[in-house]
Amino acid sequence: MHALSTSSLLSIEALAGGVFLLTALGTVAARQLLTCFNLFVLQSFLLSASAALLGLALSSPHLLAVAAITLATKTVLIPWLLRKTVHGEVYRIREIDQVLNIPTSLLLALGLVGLAYFSVDFFGGVAVPAYSLVNLPIGVAVLLLGAFTLTVRREAVAQLLALLVAENGVFFAGITIVPNLPAIAELAAAVDIPVYTLVVGLLTRRIYSEMGTTMVGRLTALREE
Amino acid sequence: MLLAAILLVPVCTSLLVLAAPARRWSAEITILAMAVVLALALFAVQATLARGSLSAASGWLACDGLGALILGLVAFVAFTAAIYSRGYLHRRHPPQHRIEAAGSYYPLFNIFVASMLAVPLMANVALLWVALELTTLFSAFLVGFENTPEALEAAWKYAILTTLGAIIALLGVLILYWGTRVLGQEAFTWNELIAEAPAMPPSLVWPAFLLILIGFGTKVGLVPMHTWLPDAHSQAPSPICALLSGVETSTALYVILRLYSVLSRLPGSEAGPWFVVFGVLSVGVATILMVQVRDYKRMFAFSTVEHMGIILLAVGIGGADARFAAAYQITAHALAKSFCFFAAGLLVLALGEQRIASIQGLTRRAPVAALPFVAGALAITGMPPSAVFVSELLILKAGLARGQYLVVGFLALFIVLGFAAIMRHATRMTFGAGSGSRWTAGAPRTCLAALAITAVPLVIFGISMPPELAGLLRLAGAAMGR
Repeated sequence: MHALSTSSLLSIEALAGGVFLLTALGTVAARQLLTCFNLFVLQSFLLSASAALLGLALSSPHLLAVAAITLATKTVLIPWLLRKTVHGEVYRIREIDQVLNIPTSLLLALGLVGLAYFSVDFFGGVAVPAYSLVNLPIGVAVLLLGAFTLTVRREAVAQLLALLVAENGVFFAGITIVPNLPAIAELAAAVDIPVYTLVVGLLTRRIYSEMGTTMVGRLTALREE
Repeated sequence: MLLAAILLVPVCTSLLVLAAPARRWSAEITILAMAVVLALALFAVQATLARGSLSAASGWLACDGLGALILGLVAFVAFTAAIYSRGYLHRRHPPQHRIEAAGSYYPLFNIFVASMLAVPLMANVALLWVALELTTLFSAFLVGFENTPEALEAAWKYAILTTLGAIIALLGVLILYWGTRVLGQEAFTWNELIAEAPAMPPSLVWPAFLLILIGFGTKVGLVPMHTWLPDAHSQAPSPICALLSGVETSTALYVILRLYSVLSRLPGSEAGPWFVVFGVLSVGVATILMVQVRDYKRMFAFSTVEHMGIILLAVGIGGADARFAAAYQITAHALAKSFCFFAAGLLVLALGEQRIASIQGLTRRAPVAALPFVAGALAITGMPPSAVFVSELLILKAGLARGQYLVVGFLALFIVLGFAAIMRHATRMTFGAGSGSRWTAGAPRTCLAALAITAVPLVIFGISMPPELAGLLRLAGAAMGR
């Protein structure tokens, strides 16, 4: 069997990048929390696939390790932790309540993607390989989309998923600009994110048991008057 | 070995007090452990003074002047907060819940302190990011410890917003790493970064700096990313507030100050204005919010935003004198602010109430809480003999010497306004007829001990400058710039 050529690996990677961006837009538009959840898992899988494809194309064992770590933590461990810690009914029935309506959100989200596209110009003067030109703007766009989703959602789990999406965006950009991050840092980050999910998941559970709701956006006891 | 021990002691203590048999004594064990950590940290400071910098664990751990300063302050406030916690928790929880409360409080307390101690010791910038993110993770449940709706709301905002900041900063850290890789460098340590800075492409360093300034600036509480800070710093138990406000903010600021020395080595770039603009903005907005604040713990939280702004501004002024004064301000703020939150904790114990408007006649109702409260308010607003007085004076002086009259004018104006705001609230609460019953229970002895221990360096550093401190501040200042 013929090994795939580097260029075809890279074009598959670019395709994965496009779908990766679409999943982030999907989390902006999705009404059901379960949809957001599934989109996050799909997105994490695409991140892992992208790292694996780049790892093969550049023959970088670092990136293959990143792909394996991402696959294990983000598509298996984190979804499992979220299921464990947060009450099941949250995923089933609720339509997400958000500050802006969905068409407006999507319009603003598209604006953010446009902004991210130009962000690469910041790095003018530095030789950027072609695959970075794909991953960098998409990563920045997904970071912005995650931050945006975080601000418009009121549901605790939706906010957490938005954060994880933003984090996926940073890693998507990161794998192309620093394909050789020290292994210890990769490992530490790999531990950090599931621990974070666990902490925030438990916090959500406590908020639910104390207040009977996970609509954290409706909590406004603390503010300046 | 020494540096590794500083991290291992609190980590092991955390595991120890997690074990059921040790829970009954977890307060005492933690005090003991923090005393050991403080002693080790002071050894490390001594060694850094003698040798300029330390390195351990084949270069993964390192400590220079700025790191030693932060390390010493974290260890000191952790020690006093551990002492304070014993009496505070005892009084806040009914006897049947005490062991249970201690069982969830002290493991988190120890591991939170360990993560803060790790920040100034991590030589690798990516690992530093991990350590800083861990400080949020381990303290989120401490912020929500009281389990009231307000405390949980504060913990939620804290965990979500500071992590969003950390994720933004992560992109900055990765771009910095990209910058070193462009030069063919493999190691990603601060020393490496500073040495390579002149050759690094500015088009990578600048975006990285801005992302880190916004990202970790969220954790520092810089305006306009400060919105979570007064919530978290007012809802956490008071000893945790002392740690959060006194030192956790400074550990995040530490990263931004380190970057200043990288930026100042870039050819033809001027980072000062960024620091001055963000500094003035934080000082101004925080001061105005202090005027109309309604909760005395929130008042001290806004004062933290103000002081972070002052430190940033001082570094932005530029020059060795200003950086020396900024290091002094970090020290004075850590001491004065932990004192203020310890004093505020006594008020919480005495009155069970945080609204300024409902408190009057403290001198009659709870004199033992009123005295430290007024002393703290005077100390944090920069009245002599508080160390804050000297550090703020040095910053103003350095600014004048650099000809930054406008900046100095703004700073002086806001310092005076901040003084007026805090003292207006404090006098209204302290004096006057006041209704309500007297506090008969009296202050827990460990709380008074923590206040007394904090007051000693706070006053000594305000009256005289021990040569060791001067040496450390000079080293720390040198680490912040060319």
